[in-house]
Amino acid sequence: MAQQPLTAAEMEASLHVWLDTEFTFFKVEELAAELTALARDEQDFILGWIRRIASTHITLAWQFGRRAPALLPRMERRLLEAWAVHTCDVFDRTGLQNALRVMEQVDTFDEDQHQHDAAGALFEDIAPVLGNFVCGLSGRRLRIEEGDAAWTDGERIVLPPLIAALPNLDDNFQLAKITVALLWAQTRYGSLRVDHAAIAAGYADPERALTRLYALETLRLTARIAHELPGLHRQMQRLRTQLDPALPPAWQRFETALAADQATLDDSLALLGAAYNEVDCPQWSDQGCLRPDAIAAARAIRLDKEKARLRIKLAELLEEHAAAQPDPQAAAETPPELDVTPRDENGQLDFDITLDDAPIAPPDGVRQLLTSVYLDFGEIPPEYLVPAGDGEYDPNRVLDQPDDPDAVWQGTYHEIGAELYPEWDHGRQHYRKNWCVMREKTVTPAYDSFYRDTLAKHAGVVKHLRKKFEALRDENRLDKRQTQGDEIDLDALIEALADAKDGREMSDRLFVRLHRAERNIAVAFLVDMSGSTKGWINEAEREALILLCEALELLGDRYAIYGFSGTTRKRCELFRIKTFDETYDDEVKARISGIRPQEYTRMGFALRHMSKLLNQVEAKTRVLITLSDGRPDDYFDVYRGVYGVEDTRMALLEAARTGIHPFCITLDREARDYLPHMYGAARYIILDDVRQLPVKVTDIYRRITT
Amino acid sequence: MNARTLDPAHHLIEKEPYYEAVGDEILLFEAAWRQQIPVLLKGPTGCGKTRFMEHMAWRLKRPLITVSCHDDLTASDLVGRYLVKGGETVWVDGPLTRAVRAGGICYLDEVVEARKDTMVVIHPLADDRRTLPMEKLGLEVEAPPEFCLAISYNPGYQSVLKDLKQSTRQRFVALEFDYPSAELERRIVATESGVSEAVASNLVRFAQMTRNLKGSGLEEGASTRLLVHAGKLIADGVSPVSACKAAVAQAVTDDDDMLKAIQELSSSIF
Repeated sequence: MAQQPLTAAEMEASLHVWLDTEFTFFKVEELAAELTALARDEQDFILGWIRRIASTHITLAWQFGRRAPALLPRMERRLLEAWAVHTCDVFDRTGLQNALRVMEQVDTFDEDQHQHDAAGALFEDIAPVLGNFVCGLSGRRLRIEEGDAAWTDGERIVLPPLIAALPNLDDNFQLAKITVALLWAQTRYGSLRVDHAAIAAGYADPERALTRLYALETLRLTARIAHELPGLHRQMQRLRTQLDPALPPAWQRFETALAADQATLDDSLALLGAAYNEVDCPQWSDQGCLRPDAIAAARAIRLDKEKARLRIKLAELLEEHAAAQPDPQAAAETPPELDVTPRDENGQLDFDITLDDAPIAPPDGVRQLLTSVYLDFGEIPPEYLVPAGDGEYDPNRVLDQPDDPDAVWQGTYHEIGAELYPEWDHGRQHYRKNWCVMREKTVTPAYDSFYRDTLAKHAGVVKHLRKKFEALRDENRLDKRQTQGDEIDLDALIEALADAKDGREMSDRLFVRLHRAERNIAVAFLVDMSGSTKGWINEAEREALILLCEALELLGDRYAIYGFSGTTRKRCELFRIKTFDETYDDEVKARISGIRPQEYTRMGFALRHMSKLLNQVEAKTRVLITLSDGRPDDYFDVYRGVYGVEDTRMALLEAARTGIHPFCITLDREARDYLPHMYGAARYIILDDVRQLPVKVTDIYRRITT
Repeated sequence: MNARTLDPAHHLIEKEPYYEAVGDEILLFEAAWRQQIPVLLKGPTGCGKTRFMEHMAWRLKRPLITVSCHDDLTASDLVGRYLVKGGETVWVDGPLTRAVRAGGICYLDEVVEARKDTMVVIHPLADDRRTLPMEKLGLEVEAPPEFCLAISYNPGYQSVLKDLKQSTRQRFVALEFDYPSAELERRIVATESGVSEAVASNLVRFAQMTRNLKGSGLEEGASTRLLVHAGKLIADGVSPVSACKAAVAQAVTDDDDMLKAIQELSSSIF
């Protein structure tokens, strides 16, 4: 039996609370009256989203509530949800005004135009698949991004948020795939090798010329696809007959002319004059659109950079080659002659590099650069093959260098060079995408006597730890009474023989086997560097880290230590103290000594980043140990309270899902009731005396690793 | 029907195993065998290392004993051990000892997977001593000139833990294997699976697409072996798209998005 719809009064009560009407004065009575007409599950759907959006912004929730009841019969719920989430994303990124605009766009929602939206392919759903798809096709690696329409600039392929020209999801996906393939083909088969502005300038109506050139190119690329990807071409023909009118006769002639296997951009350009005079110009629903400005801009940046990179790489290649030569003097006399021959073999681009007529194998990086250069010119221009001389290029400008985190920060909210992490919004029940702006920094080392003092102060503990950890290390043991093994277990054999003499059944467990448990553990320590650790907690943390490192060095496990702190989502900072690759040297010791309390405790991003780092390390067991002094907190931000607890919980769940064992150590005098919930996915321990810390950590270690 | 039971130490391969030489690996191997130098085969999975060994065993008319190494493989698994039979202990030779005694070719497949201590056993066999010490018997077996030791190793695993030690690798003549060129691979797929040249050519193109994905979500592209599998399915009447899905896509990945993308690639070609 269907549930009874909610009455207006019931709904008003909740709406008053969610929309904070005491201050906002929204007229929830009208909204509630409108909702009474709906079925219970429709009411629940809309009310649920009002509540979730209200946690982001009350005005947005109110606007959603006013529009949603009218949209519900026309719009698929999946799309309504996508619209709501998109509005929240826009709010996160650019603020209320733009979000309201997105909210309003839905008013112009035209049912006819959107009749297939229910079956539309959402960018979010198709992007991962098509990203891999386009990566599998040969040529330059293209990124897939979301934007206003379908177009490409030769480095990325932009797709609209929704592709919904056809009444079923599969066909819409196929349409998106064909669009991507056509946009890819523009890069692969040289459509972008031309200055569109210059060509268009030769015609009275530049716009008309460009449209026709694009159509000619679409014909040419379609023929190329028919040859290279026949399966895709069949789909293309099928969808085009459904969606697009037949070609005008004049254009059929162009089609035939461009169908030759080796037709190039020049062939299209040769036909452009004739096409310009045609009244009609065909358009296909899969063709995307031409953005000459974006193409020119991307190309301008790329050309110089790749020329420099290629020349540097070639210089490196030559150097390696020369080093491998047995007779270095002979090689230096005449400059070596490099020659590159592109091969388009079976649809795959490859390059043969010869050095003074002797072939050398190009490394992967060089091959990719050559591919990219070839796609820009249709050949490798000779000046690209001159290896860079000493000091000719400033490597910092040519190669991607990590930006100095502080320089980027300086007084601005730029997100350049930072890594972005999502954050779980408990109220919205959805992630805030790219929310935390995270930068890795290094702790300023403090070269003082802290390390020596700590060892002296805790001499007893160190000795105890050494013993404990050495016991952990020695895990090889002989398993006795095994059915198989390297040696015979004499005790078992004698017993078995006695049994046999006795007439009893003889055991077959007669062997000993050496059980060799190779330790294969990677552990990351995440240390709270928030302001609240100031004083004795900070000192205890540093001491504990020194003791831990001493112990871990004995075991030989790989470990990393990072500290976290931050102010607001825009300034999330992770402090490198020791990476997995670094050795425990004086520098690391000085960095541990240099750990100073910073700002607030935003934990989600730190956990997410550490999980990512841990997952890059190859190990059988991955452990993430967090050391903090309590509740997540941030400056004037919702992070304080439930939001922070839920985000931390979610980040721990994510880590556990990828196979990491999270473990949390909280230094807290009052065992708070939210801890079991927050650490749901992790095992945790609450210490009220920080001096227990180093010893406790060994216990944790034993529990996890045995 | 009776399945044949073979003793690999005395069994010679009767029929020529199909193998297309990519370079001069056959000559190199023969020379190394004559000069009694052990051989290391490097290369990604499924590019023909094992087939090459079978072919060489046939060519040199020696028995081939293959040991697939796993992380629990110990020295006694190779050399031999005492077993208890009715109150007596009996020594049983391991595959390596049998190969040495029979003067055969011992092929240790994916040798980095084995425990570190097994390496030490093969060291004296792999240098000019050419002896196999049998510690538990207190004996040494001298390898006859026909004996040959070959190991294989996949450098693509890129793991510090699974790297071959210099002391081991510097005892061997190394032959590098890679996916064959498109032309050659087409011929291999066509010959092995019985599909037409055109289908084989499309399969090879498909494989190259998956190899483009290596490093961006795929650990390893489709190997020649997988193409042969797909080809056999196609030759048996399965549609090319289903064959690619079952034999290639599902074999290289479990990731949903990646599976779908590979599917789309194959359906674009066929």
